[in-house]
Amino acid sequence: MKISPPESQFKNPIINWIDTRLPIFTAMNEAVGTEHPTPKNLNYWWNFGSLAGVVLVIMIITGIALAMNYTAHVDHAFDSVERIMRDVNGGWLIRYIHMNGASFFFIVVYIHMARNLYYGSYKAPRELLWILGVVIYLLMMATAFLGYTLPWGQMSFWGATVITNFFSVIPFVGEPIVSWLLGGYTVDNPTLNRFYALHYLLPFVIAGVILLHIVALHRFGSNNPLGIDVKNDKDMIPFHPYYTIKDFFGLSVFLAIFCVFVFFVPNLLGHPENYVPADPLSTPAHIVPEWYLSPFYAILRAVPDKLLGVLAMFGAIGILFILPWLDRSPVRSAHFRPMYKVFYWLFIINMLALGYLGVQNPEGIYLILGRACTAWYFIHFLIIIPLLNVIETPKALPKSISDPIFSSGSSELGATTPRGQK
Amino acid sequence: MMRTVFILMVFSLFSFSVHASDPLEKGENKSWSFLGPFGTYNKSSLQRGLQVYTEVCSSCHSLKYIAYRNLSDLGYNKEEIKAFSANFTVMDGPNDDGEMFERPGRPSDHFVSPYPNVNAAKAANGGAYPPDLSLITKARGGGADYLYSLLIGYKEAPDSIKVLEGMYYNKYYSGNLIAMPQPLYDDGVVYADGTKASIEQMASDVTEFLSWAAEPEMEERKRTGIAAIAFLLIMAVLSYMAKQQIWANLKKKQT
Ligand code: HEC
Ligand code: HEM
Repeated sequence: MKISPPESQFKNPIINWIDTRLPIFTAMNEAVGTEHPTPKNLNYWWNFGSLAGVVLVIMIITGIALAMNYTAHVDHAFDSVERIMRDVNGGWLIRYIHMNGASFFFIVVYIHMARNLYYGSYKAPRELLWILGVVIYLLMMATAFLGYTLPWGQMSFWGATVITNFFSVIPFVGEPIVSWLLGGYTVDNPTLNRFYALHYLLPFVIAGVILLHIVALHRFGSNNPLGIDVKNDKDMIPFHPYYTIKDFFGLSVFLAIFCVFVFFVPNLLGHPENYVPADPLSTPAHIVPEWYLSPFYAILRAVPDKLLGVLAMFGAIGILFILPWLDRSPVRSAHFRPMYKVFYWLFIINMLALGYLGVQNPEGIYLILGRACTAWYFIHFLIIIPLLNVIETPKALPKSISDPIFSSGSSELGATTPRGQK
Repeated sequence: MMRTVFILMVFSLFSFSVHASDPLEKGENKSWSFLGPFGTYNKSSLQRGLQVYTEVCSSCHSLKYIAYRNLSDLGYNKEEIKAFSANFTVMDGPNDDGEMFERPGRPSDHFVSPYPNVNAAKAANGGAYPPDLSLITKARGGGADYLYSLLIGYKEAPDSIKVLEGMYYNKYYSGNLIAMPQPLYDDGVVYADGTKASIEQMASDVTEFLSWAAEPEMEERKRTGIAAIAFLLIMAVLSYMAKQQIWANLKKKQT
C-alpha cells in the first residue's frame, strides 16, 4: 500500500504542482501522450476513432449554440430554425455544421466499425470495448432521430410518427407505450418538448460511454492490422508524437471534405421535404429515413409481418452485441483469413445495398432484393461467421509486428485470442 | 480494395440523395449564375424577379421569412428600401388604447402576406393552399430548375387527361394537375430596366429571386467555404510533412 503518492515529475512547476494534487496531466499523458504505448503499424483506418471524438465535440458545441436560439414549440420550431439560418450571426454556418455533422458522425463511425470487423478488433480480450461501441452507436441513432424531429419539418413530423409507431406492435402494451413516449396520442407539442430534452441529454451520455470505451481500450491497447498481440517494446511507439501528428493530418483532410458539404452542398444529404413545415393533415408521398438509418429501415420493411419486422430491425443491431461469441476463429485480422475476407466484402456490399433499398419504395424488384439482402445480413452473422471457424484454414501469422518471420498455424503464438479468455 | 470500397461508399451517399428526391419529370436544366463553387446572384435579375414576385405572385403567395431590409442584398440603398416598404400596409398593435391599427411598412417589417391565415388563403384559392415561397427552391426536389419548369410548364392538356374545374394542366407538376392558374403571360409586367418580359424571362427572374430568398447567405457561404478549405488543405499539407518527418526519425531509430 502506497502511503503518500509521489510528487509528479513535470518540468513546468505549475503543471507539476497541479498534477501532484490532481493528476489530470498524467491522465492525459496516459490517454493520448507519451505514456500511451501504441502498436507501430497502425494504418489510416485507425484514424477514425479519434475523428469520431472530434465530431462529437463539434456536435456538442454547435448544438449548444443552436439551443440558445431554438424554440421547442410546434408553432415556433420551424420559424426559429429559419431565424437561426437568416438572422443569427453565423447561424447558417452553425446549423449547417450541426446538420451535416450528424451525417459525417455516422460516416466516421461506420468506417470505424467496418475497420473493427475487418481486423477482428471485437475479439477477446476486447469484447466489452466492442459492446460499448455498439452502445454508443445505438445512442447515436437515438440522438440523431430525436434531433431530426426538432426543426419540425414534414420529414421530422412523419419520421417521428412512423418510428414511434414501431412500438405499437408490441403485444398488449404497445399502444400505452407509444402514448407514453409521445406524451399524447399523436406526435404533438409534448412530443417535441421531450424529444428536445432528450436530444440535449443523450450526447452527454454518449460522452460518458466514450470515456468507458477509452478506459476499456487502454486495458489492452489498440489492435493492429496484423491482429496479433504485441510482444515487446520494439512493437510499440508512444502515442505522442507519432499518432497525434498522424491524427492531426487525418483531421485536416476530414475537415476539408466536411467543409465541401457544409459550404457547397449543405442540403445534399438532407431531404427537401424537411423545408416544408410539419403538417399533420398532409402525409408526404414517400417517408424516408435519414440515410444513416436506411439499412435498418430496409430490414424492417422486408419482413411482411409488422411485429416480426420490428424484431428483425432491432435484432439486426442486437446481433452485433453477441458477435464476439459468434466468431470463434482465433485469428483476428482478415489479412490472414482468406474466406472471411471474401465474406467481409460481401457483407459490406450487402449493407450498401440495404442502405440503397431503404430509400426505395418496397415494391417489385426492390422488395425482392430487400428480402434477399435482409436474409443475407442474418445468414452472414448466424451461419457464415460461426461456420468459417470450422472450414477456414488461416494463413501463417508473423511472430511479432517487428518480426516478419511467419509461423505456421495460429494458436500457439497467441496470434490472437488466447483460448482461455474467451 | 479498401480504397475502392471507400469511393463506392461516398458515391452511394450521392445516389441516396438523388433517389430520395422527388420523382418528378425532369424539366429544364438552366445554367444559373448562382450554381458552382464561385456562383453569385445576378443583381439585375434579382431586381426584376422582385418586381415579378411583387406584381404577380404576391397576390396569392407570402414570403414571410424575408424582411424589406434584406433587399439591400439586391443592390437597393436604404432610401429605396424605405420607400418600397412604405408601399405596404402593416397591421400593428395593440397601441396604448388596446387597439390594433394599420401603418405603412418599415424596412424592419417582414414581407406582408396576402392572407391573414392559412384558412383564408385556402378559402380564396378553391381549397388549395398557395405555399409560402421563402424556401420553395429548397423545399422541392429539383430546386431552381423545378421552379422554373413549373412556371413555364402550362401547356394544352392532352386529350387523355380530364382537367377538372379549378385545376390546370402543368407538364412538370407531379400528377400534372395544379390548382394554381398560369401566373405568367408575355408582358405580364413592364420591367423597369426595359428588358422584354417574355414568360421565360419572367420565370427565370422570379426563380433567381426566390433562390436568393431561400438562400440569402449563399454568396457569403461559398466565399467562406473557399477560404476554409484553402486553409485546411494547407494545414493538411503541413501536417503531412510534419508527420513524415516525425515518422522518419522512428525508422532511423529502429534500424
Ligand atoms: C391566383 C393565385 C396564385 C398566383 C398569382 C400564383 N400562385 Fe403559385 N400557387 C397558387 C396555388 C393555389 C397553389 C397550390 C397549388 C396546388 O396545391 O395544387 C400554388 C402553388 C405554387 C407552387 C408550389 C408547386 C408545388 O410544387 O407544390 C409554386 C412553386 C408556386 N405556386 C409559385 C408561384 C410563383 C413563382 C408565382 C408568381 C409568378 C405564383 N405561384 C403565382 C396560387 C397562385
Ligand atoms: C451526438 C451528437 C448529436 C447528433 C448526432 C445530433 C443530431 C442532430 C440532427 C440530425 C438535427 C437535425 C438537423 C436539421 O435537419 O436541421 C439536430 C438538430 C438540433 N440539435 Fe443536435 N445532435 C447532436 C448533439 C446536440 C447537442 C449536444 C445539442 C444541444 C446542446 C443539440 C441541439 C440541437 C438543436 C437545438 C437542434 C435544432 C436546430 C436544427 O434543427 O438545426 N444537438 N441535431
